[in-house]
Amino acid sequence: MYLTPEEESVLEGEQGPTLQKAMEIITALGEIYGADSLVPVTSTQIAGVSYKTIGDAGLEWISDLNGEVVVPSILNPAGMDLERWQEMGINASFAAKQLEIIEAYQRLGIQCECTCTPYHIDKTLASFGDHLAWSESSAVSYANSVIGARTNREGGPSALAAALVGKTANYGYHLDENRVPIITVQVDCKLKGADYGALGYLAGASIGSDVPIFKLTSQPSKTDLKALGAAMAASGAVALYHVQGVTPEADQYESPDNTLTIERSEIDAIFAQVCENRSDLVALGCPHYSIEELERLSRLLDGKTLNKEVWVCTSRAIKRSIPDVIRNIEANGVKVFTDTCMVVSPATDRFNCALTDSGKALKYIPNLCGVRTQLAHMHDCLNGGDVN
Amino acid sequence: MEEMLIRVSKGRPISHGSGEGRALISTQPISFLGSIDPSNGMIIESGHELEGECVTDRVLIFPFGIGSTVGSYVMYQLKKNTTAPVAIINRSTEPIVAVGAIISDIPLVDSTKPDVFKNINTGDRVRVNGTTGVVEIL
Repeated sequence: MYLTPEEESVLEGEQGPTLQKAMEIITALGEIYGADSLVPVTSTQIAGVSYKTIGDAGLEWISDLNGEVVVPSILNPAGMDLERWQEMGINASFAAKQLEIIEAYQRLGIQCECTCTPYHIDKTLASFGDHLAWSESSAVSYANSVIGARTNREGGPSALAAALVGKTANYGYHLDENRVPIITVQVDCKLKGADYGALGYLAGASIGSDVPIFKLTSQPSKTDLKALGAAMAASGAVALYHVQGVTPEADQYESPDNTLTIERSEIDAIFAQVCENRSDLVALGCPHYSIEELERLSRLLDGKTLNKEVWVCTSRAIKRSIPDVIRNIEANGVKVFTDTCMVVSPATDRFNCALTDSGKALKYIPNLCGVRTQLAHMHDCLNGGDVN
Repeated sequence: MEEMLIRVSKGRPISHGSGEGRALISTQPISFLGSIDPSNGMIIESGHELEGECVTDRVLIFPFGIGSTVGSYVMYQLKKNTTAPVAIINRSTEPIVAVGAIISDIPLVDSTKPDVFKNINTGDRVRVNGTTGVVEIL
């Protein structure tokens, strides 16, 4: 791998041990994946934030680092709302550890914004053609596919290394040749709302880590694409997809002959997987809800009586930007939590069955929280899941 | 007295520094999260071929890492608890173990030629140089 004289000097330790370690991580991954050089990154999004996930081992490592990030850097969701954790049922010892992790990251100059949707809060973090070092699987998928930026799915230490150095190794999705679709996914039925999560749930499981191109008859919105990509990255390891006539790079490519067809009946079957017991939690906001989704939720809530806990997760910045909408949602009995999500928070574990509008949550909540989960459209979730 | 024969292999240097110790060999992959107790370096995964062995101060030799990316941090915890292996040799390393070794200052070499895996027994004394990639079986 080619390194500039300046990069060499960082690797030799001439700019201190923290940058030296960071450069060692980046060049080692470059060696493993056959990178030819390093590329500058526009922003980073760093995994390894929830205390539930990284535990004392991760906390210890982050606390020991000394340095300052050189590009805009934000965090993955934490294990709790950083302010309203008591309302989530989080215990004080978990909260103390979680706050220690956040403080350790802040000492490195990282913004204390914990979200899987960085693109909702700051458009300058990712633009078409930018190289990034992002971690969270749905954010990686959105950046690559919907924005047309370029990022691999980074682990916590490698994203942090990129934040400190301002560069990452040039391999994987940074290169044109790895962005070419190799399977066509054909869907002839009309899709709306949570259908896209169900489609992603199905497609990801068959596609694995390949790059698909979708041929859809419906015109998906950015919200729909977010749900599709998030589910595919959860049930499979799809980090980049194209949608013919919709996503920014799709028109460069022919559709491969190798075709996966997904039928309406398969999508309906995902919705038909219901819990034996009645659901006692509605989990919305996976990935974090956008302004549009929160506004829609607010409208749907008017005149409704809820018969169970309804939680919605979003980023702190989005919640702050629409106080009236949030006030209306909360006045209707819904809890709006920020900085966290149902998947990485231990708060979810005490429920029996969760109802969600997210294909990603449908995959992860049962595995990571041990809670049965059922998919429904947003409005059906609010009706208590009594879907006909 | 039998003449000592040092067998030398050269691999790809992944994590810098050097270490020397007795080889502990696994033909199975290792997940650091859940399979190794960072407080004492014991391999605790039920049914693993190294179950009950201790990695501390050994040259740990295994094909590659598997499992959660949190495994990188577990390697760091082993190092801080002075229960870490003294060096690692992989057949073909992957990001979890590579990153874990780098952040923990554990020398790591992979893709050795001649292949160390064919040439070594548990208990052999091994010197690993993660800066040059040289592995010596002493």
